Amino acid sequence: MKLVVNGNSYEVPCPADTPLLWALREEVGLTGTKFGCGKALCGACTVHVDGEPKRSCVTPCGDVVDKAIITIEGLVRDSVLHPVQQAWVEENVPQCGYCQAGQIMTAVVLLRAKPQPTDAEIDDAMSANLCRCGTYPRIRKTVHRAAELLAAAPPAVTK
Amino acid sequence: MKPLVWALGACALTAAVALAKPAAPPAPAPSAGAIAAGQRAFVTVVTVLKSPRCVNCHPAGDRPLQGDDGHPHAQNISRRTVAAGVPCSTCHQTRNSEAVGVPGGPPGAPSWGLPPADMPMVFQGKTATEICEQMKDPARNHGKSLAQLLDHATSDPIVLWGWAPGGTRTLPPISHDQFAALFKTWVDGGGACP
Repeated sequence: MKLVVNGNSYEVPCPADTPLLWALREEVGLTGTKFGCGKALCGACTVHVDGEPKRSCVTPCGDVVDKAIITIEGLVRDSVLHPVQQAWVEENVPQCGYCQAGQIMTAVVLLRAKPQPTDAEIDDAMSANLCRCGTYPRIRKTVHRAAELLAAAPPAVTK
Repeated sequence: MKPLVWALGACALTAAVALAKPAAPPAPAPSAGAIAAGQRAFVTVVTVLKSPRCVNCHPAGDRPLQGDDGHPHAQNISRRTVAAGVPCSTCHQTRNSEAVGVPGGPPGAPSWGLPPADMPMVFQGKTATEICEQMKDPARNHGKSLAQLLDHATSDPIVLWGWAPGGTRTLPPISHDQFAALFKTWVDGGGACP
């Protein structure tokens, strides 16, 4: 089946019920998206499908054929980090880093919906992305920083 | 004729034909027996609406419920989560997670989610009469007719999911066929409330 990932088309030999995460990592070779719980409970595997967040570990490939799939790698444009990624670097958010791709993907959709989110709105969007290192205070601070960067220079392509 | 123009022309023709038809006679008022039967049927309908498979997404507040004990959804999920860019479909797909080899994952069906904030359609903590009055009130049900409510109850995939919920989730107390028949009895009785 054909998957469109980060603007590129890939023919992947997967049954329709294969979780998207497997196709991304094993067939397309994009390993930035992580396997966490495997049950849509932790958010580490979050990607965007047609602009909306999806837990790729429970999303069947057959449901996303020909849809626009964006992974953490696809946020980068012309070797320039997305403002949310840039904010993550500036504020040194990660500790072990394993969950951070999913955190960033969720932060991106949050900032589309709420360009200047309050702390409560950040918690509303980000609470289902777990971080066992407990970087939540840094994530919250950095979402505010990302909002500043996005307001100053919105990315050309965010979907 | 260009397709759009043709389509508009077809619509206009259809409208003209529709206008030319005599108005359908109003439906006869249900008999006293049908009203009483509908009121009795709705009492049983409510046993389904108040079962965990229905009430968990028709809560009194903004947070969906989980499990047969109706505890608040984990991970701080609420209508505010959706407003913040994270819809229920982030985790809840169009089918139960077992369908993609993930037992223990989220249940799923098309259009999974809470009723919208401007039409909360609360079942939790409501009496049968309160639910009935709310359900048939166009101001509180997004303008649905009784016939449209019957269609929702009998064929909407999110309702049908209640009888195929996956995992170890309990089923509503009666079958969907029984539920649909009772719901129709209520509609045929004019939606009279118990």
